[in-house]
Amino acid sequence: MIKLPDNFETFDEKRKKGFIALMEEKEKGKKVVGTFCSYTPIELILAAGAVSVSLCGNSEQGIPEAEAILPKTLCPLIKSSFGLAISDKCPYFYFSDMILAETTCDGKKKMYELLNEIKPVHVMHLPQGQNGPLSIEAWKEQIKQTAKYLGDFFNTEITEENLHNAIVERNRIRKAILKAYEVTKLVPSPVSGYELSSIIEATDFHFTDDDIVEYLETKTNQLLSNYKPLDPNKKLRPRLMLTGCPHTGVRDKIIKKVEDLGADIVVLDSCAGPRTQRILVDETKDPYEALAEKYLKINCSVMTPNDGRFEDLKAVIEEYKVDGVIEMVLFACHTFAIEAHKTKKFISEELGLPYIRIDTDFSSSDSAQIQTRLEAFLEMIS
Amino acid sequence: MFFVGIDIGSTASKVAVRGQKELEFVLPTGWNSKETAFQIKKNLFDVYGIDVTNNDVITISTGYGRVSVPYADKTVTEITCHAKGVQVMHNLKSCTIIDVGGQDTKIISIKDGNVDDFTMNDKCSAGTGKFLEIMCNRLGLTIDELFTFANKGKVLQISSMCTVFAESEIIGLMGDGNKREDIAAGVVDSVATKVKQLATRHGLRNNVILTGGLSINPIFIKILSEHLGQPIIAHEKGRFAGAIGAAVIAQK
Repeated sequence: MIKLPDNFETFDEKRKKGFIALMEEKEKGKKVVGTFCSYTPIELILAAGAVSVSLCGNSEQGIPEAEAILPKTLCPLIKSSFGLAISDKCPYFYFSDMILAETTCDGKKKMYELLNEIKPVHVMHLPQGQNGPLSIEAWKEQIKQTAKYLGDFFNTEITEENLHNAIVERNRIRKAILKAYEVTKLVPSPVSGYELSSIIEATDFHFTDDDIVEYLETKTNQLLSNYKPLDPNKKLRPRLMLTGCPHTGVRDKIIKKVEDLGADIVVLDSCAGPRTQRILVDETKDPYEALAEKYLKINCSVMTPNDGRFEDLKAVIEEYKVDGVIEMVLFACHTFAIEAHKTKKFISEELGLPYIRIDTDFSSSDSAQIQTRLEAFLEMIS
Repeated sequence: MFFVGIDIGSTASKVAVRGQKELEFVLPTGWNSKETAFQIKKNLFDVYGIDVTNNDVITISTGYGRVSVPYADKTVTEITCHAKGVQVMHNLKSCTIIDVGGQDTKIISIKDGNVDDFTMNDKCSAGTGKFLEIMCNRLGLTIDELFTFANKGKVLQISSMCTVFAESEIIGLMGDGNKREDIAAGVVDSVATKVKQLATRHGLRNNVILTGGLSINPIFIKILSEHLGQPIIAHEKGRFAGAIGAAVIAQK
């Protein structure tokens, strides 16, 4: 029996909407798989006839509940994801039949063990480096085993044919997302980073591929038609990149704030951003081989070394004509915090661009301090 | 014309005037920066005859309370103001500024007259004036006394970087019957160590300038320069660097 959680009435409108939308899908008989990370080969989920939903974890909500179990000194993204899940506040987790996760950072992989106590969690073993001996073979094997697991779990079989179809479909969505991101290549950008990130986040409310693609194409065309050349009497707003940890939890605190202060975030450089979307899955190869190659190319600080991130940074900075870089590091995200030392060197010394690092979490306690840093950064650039 | 720079920090509010008159004064920020801003306006008028509402007065506010100055013509962050102030005061085009503030410690690099890069402490208060203030309260000393004691003491390592835990650590050291001089030396050493870490992460150039309330404290200057392994340049008006910078920016 599909029903809403007991505390449904206490939720805000946006959360209620999310629950209702997903409940309708469940009532139609859809199977739902929750995911946490860009490394998840979503094609497997689609090929199993299920929909994938990316699980919340981008607000202060859930953190008090999580801290009753998890250490306080853990990254806010993990605490928020876990807290929302155990308190039935995340519609996507609540309606998920199972969770597909992978061994990325230490905090996440141990948190999955606890989540497994409330919902089936299948953890894929991600290699720790992209170029290590057998990395690609091991990852390909993990993908094959996961296909078997999903087939058994949903009582179906993932054939090469439906996997191939899923790959083609998913590439189509990737291209649509990338096109939307590429709107900000225009100078001046016709859309704020804040609005663009809201548009892309809202694809979570569309559950069929055609819906997603149509929605993105409409939005992209609207944005493109908003373009106006720079008024010669006006100064171009500084064009910034936001890199580092996943940023959905600090959208208001950093993206909105810096844009209110007079800059444009033209690249949202996270693992879901343009640098990941533009890696397509090879449609001509053995599907498992092709998936393994695509997903292992994603550059995340959990990989060692993570040299590809710097090649990506350089390419994207040039393509989007970036004037300065903000790196956001979530508290207790050790891999990004340590790698930030190299990022700073690379951005300021090799590329010669202004760089600022902001360490923060999802709370509002440091908003005055962040405001001063961002304001000073913009004064420094202009 | 009068050019007024007002730097409302978390602890102290500094005012500098340039133009027809050249003067500086300081008052405690208190709990309400709007009220402080009002008090500054009153002081400027009552004591110096400067009416900030007149057209011949241009005011720029800076510091955490910069938005609380209703009569300011513009706000500029303390990073840009410090950089400008130091350049004017020291007549330098390239240098590194270390500002130990009430709640923020900042390292600012200046290259060819412009801010080139800056680093600030994260939101924790270790290595800031706030840390010293709390430890002074615990030890029953004023800031000046703390340094006089520290100068006579042997450093007792305080390993907690969190202010709250460091306070507990000090209570433990006091309970063990350690000398106040040695604990004071430990407190000052801890601040200098934290500032050094921040400076190392940022990268120091030659010409290291100290600003902020501690820039007139010879003992802190000595200890910090020992930690950094290089001389530190200070100015008797170092705590006014931000306010002077704001006044100079107002002039342009």
